[in-house]
Amino acid sequence: MSAVPDDLRYSKEHEWVRLEGDTATIGITHFAQEQLGDVVFVELPEKSASVRQFASLGVVESVKAASDIYSPISGEVVERNVKVIEKPELVNTAPYEQGWLVKVKLADKGELGKLLSAQDYRAHIGETPGAGGD
Amino acid sequence: MTTDAGLKRTPLYELHQGLGARMVPFAGYEMPIQYSGIVAEHRAVREAAGIFDLSHMGEFHFDGPAARAAVDRLVSSDVAGLEPGEARYGLLCNEGGTIVDDVIVYRTGADHLLMVVNAANVEKDEAHVRRYLPKDVAFLDRSAETALIAVQGPRAADILVRVAGGSVAALAPFGVKSARAAGAEATIARTGYTGEDGFEVFVDNADAVRVWQALLVAGRGDALVPVGLGARDTLRLEARFSLYGNDIDETTGPIEAGLGWTCKLDKDFVGRDAVARQKADGPKRRIVGLVVEGGVARHGHDVVSEGRAVGKVTSGTYGPTVAQNIALAYVPTALSKVGTAVAVRIRDKDVPATVVKTPFYRRAQ
Repeated sequence: MSAVPDDLRYSKEHEWVRLEGDTATIGITHFAQEQLGDVVFVELPEKSASVRQFASLGVVESVKAASDIYSPISGEVVERNVKVIEKPELVNTAPYEQGWLVKVKLADKGELGKLLSAQDYRAHIGETPGAGGD
Repeated sequence: MTTDAGLKRTPLYELHQGLGARMVPFAGYEMPIQYSGIVAEHRAVREAAGIFDLSHMGEFHFDGPAARAAVDRLVSSDVAGLEPGEARYGLLCNEGGTIVDDVIVYRTGADHLLMVVNAANVEKDEAHVRRYLPKDVAFLDRSAETALIAVQGPRAADILVRVAGGSVAALAPFGVKSARAAGAEATIARTGYTGEDGFEVFVDNADAVRVWQALLVAGRGDALVPVGLGARDTLRLEARFSLYGNDIDETTGPIEAGLGWTCKLDKDFVGRDAVARQKADGPKRRIVGLVVEGGVARHGHDVVSEGRAVGKVTSGTYGPTVAQNIALAYVPTALSKVGTAVAVRIRDKDVPATVVKTPFYRRAQ
């Protein structure tokens, strides 16, 4: 698994977005989970809640501290990951796969333009180009 | 040594970096908060063994025929009754009966005592001690020259024997002796802050690297791992050990803090009369253990009953061994009974919590 997959968009706050049609799956990055350490609790919005780009989406708690998660895009929550609520460590072990947080129906595709490409995100977290694998 | 930011470093600083530690400022030192991860380190200590750099802790030495009586007057517990080679946990209190620090006093010789104090309190404690210490007792603060390495966990004794010889395995809990560890002069005690069997090894700074390395090598076959302050906190909280600055401080008294057992009220010690009054009157609030359902309580969160804030969380975390969100909190005495339902206000939401018996974790004997 790459530490920064090429096919995702990223926020500066270390969330990722995977787009399928007009549904966006949202999670936090490998870099973010590494910084947080062992995740022990995840708080997510209810289904059909609306979220706004760069506004609070929920909270991830590690052993040491609580961290806010910001929604990388606006829209309506169509699914929350029940598995990650039951097993918060999925955020650590599979941040881009089973550790996803919510799926959101996109309100405005134009917002994607405000997010970073994989290449820009790598630069943002101080990874040199081509050093994204792990 | 001291960095540009004014933070001190222990003699093991470079080794921590080599071991991949994440370093954070703590009590004026740059200390490892974690190496492989808090949960993995926590489990290693419960199941095998962990090694800790605690060189930031303070070490006070008291010497002379009058030392034991003098320290007995400073500390809430029975220091006068310590035999050579014995140690005891106790409190430094002020005259008002609140807690200046929690300490362990080791009788390391007939007329010699070692007092281990919290790193953040070294200066304050020295001033407090000097206020009451008679002139015929020699006092020496050796905090800056002393390194402290702890090995904790069910395999700690096997590991320590390889480095310090078989006699350390014969130490009783809270026993202390002089021994050579990896060729260095050491004071070795069967004490700790994890709820497991374990040892604390005091050596001069100059010997710290050698002793740490020898212990790591000796523990290689026993799954010994370095453990940072993060897991130290989860381990101590499961075992319900107080953390000074969180659970106890100069606004809390021993009785409400659940530390009445450390106060020998039939002797004279600084703060004795005030503590005796606290006990006779009964405290208005008490520290309790909480299990929180659906959120992690943290220091400073409100404890809520019937919609009203009635108390404060002093420590809270996820406990990896008990697999629950656990906390210590002060609540009104009427709400301190085991089984009482309360809530903890976490991010403006009242999350259900229950008063439970402590310790949260007790090792199998």
